Amino acid sequence: MLDIRQRTGYLFVALMLGHLILISAQVQSKSGVPVLETVTFGFFSRIQGAAAAVVGGVRGGWGNYVDLRGVRTENASLRQQVGDLEVRLQEQRALAARTARLQELLDLRGSTSLATLAAEVIAGNPIPGMLTVTINRGSADGVQPDMAVIAPRGIVGRVVGPVTSHAARVQLIIDRYAAVGAITERSRAGGMVLADPGGDPPLRMDLVGNNSDVRPGDVVVASGVDGIYPKGFVIGTVESSEKGRELHRDITVRPAVDFSSLEEVLVVLVPARGAMPAEPADAAGEAGE
Amino acid sequence: MKGAGVFLALALALTLQTTLAGVSVAGGAAVNLVLVAVVYVALAFGAVTGLLAGTVGGLVQDALAGGIVGIGGLSKTLVGFIVGVLGAHFIVSQPLPRFVMFVGATVVHELCFQSLYALAEARSLQMAFTEVLTQAAINGVIGIIAFQIVELGPGLLQRRRTSGATIGRRHY
Repeated sequence: MLDIRQRTGYLFVALMLGHLILISAQVQSKSGVPVLETVTFGFFSRIQGAAAAVVGGVRGGWGNYVDLRGVRTENASLRQQVGDLEVRLQEQRALAARTARLQELLDLRGSTSLATLAAEVIAGNPIPGMLTVTINRGSADGVQPDMAVIAPRGIVGRVVGPVTSHAARVQLIIDRYAAVGAITERSRAGGMVLADPGGDPPLRMDLVGNNSDVRPGDVVVASGVDGIYPKGFVIGTVESSEKGRELHRDITVRPAVDFSSLEEVLVVLVPARGAMPAEPADAAGEAGE
Repeated sequence: MKGAGVFLALALALTLQTTLAGVSVAGGAAVNLVLVAVVYVALAFGAVTGLLAGTVGGLVQDALAGGIVGIGGLSKTLVGFIVGVLGAHFIVSQPLPRFVMFVGATVVHELCFQSLYALAEARSLQMAFTEVLTQAAINGVIGIIAFQIVELGPGLLQRRRTSGATIGRRHY
């Protein structure tokens, strides 16, 4: 309960304020507007300004929140789109690369008189140490064992049994049990290209006499004496050539085909004809060397 | 009873003030009878009654004067409150303290009144202190007279009635 003095004080203050308001309503400011109006407007304009700031802040915060949610959703959608586009881009790149490879195969088919069949590598070697791949062509397509398999860059390997109707296994020339009759393109020095398991490069050329002229950089091609690989197809490039301790040189060969990215190949649809002697020209060349 | 007395005092003061408006005393300093009434009420009945009387009397006076309504009301409310508070704390029953109270109240009232008008009209305060002091003195005198009339009047009338009756009995 208020003390009488307090009530008097409150009454006094109330009356004084009332008078001040009354006076302010009648007194005009320099701008011609009543002071009460000016003060009231000024006071409430501050309140309105504060309220507007609060409302604006809340509205801005809410708007930002809503926008943020929208941005998050949009971001997720855009990320999804980017992911899809990246996948499609990779698909397009792969398609372009495959098209280029197929174009190379077509060029190869056009440049050779041999009957060939395009095939796609569908699987790698199933057993460690056995460097074979599986292609999607089989006996139904005319594929038979010991048919040569080539790529635009060179010889890949040969078909080994068993051959199913729609698939066949191909032994790569870098397999430890593979061998290719070969000669060097420049000096026509003959020999045999074999795998060098664990070696770098993975091929070596044997049976080349120490007196033969074989230098690093020489291109090694198939000689055709094995009856499997067509003559003249590139096997690789001589990387090192040194005299051996016995009769033959120690020659390493870098294969022309990148076996790590083997996808499309051509199967030479010529049945193996068994090992045959080298052609006279080759033999003469080899004898001359 | 108190309210009626206050109302009566204010009405009488306003009536006399409006009747005597323009009558200058001692060289142009007009007497403010409403202020006298407010101070009287504040001294007689306390701060609350004083400030209420100041509010009512001042507002009515402002309204009748045609100036800014509220300035006189505020000034008289302030004076009524201050006088009421001082009257409650100090013994103001003798003519001299009452005179001082009336003079001081008039000075405060005029100071507040003139200042508010100067503020409202955006001009500097220019007070004629001689006129203010003269008005204060006159208000003090009138106030003391009012107190004397109110306090001594009923007793004098009673004594005159008593003495008159005795004389009448003697004559009759």
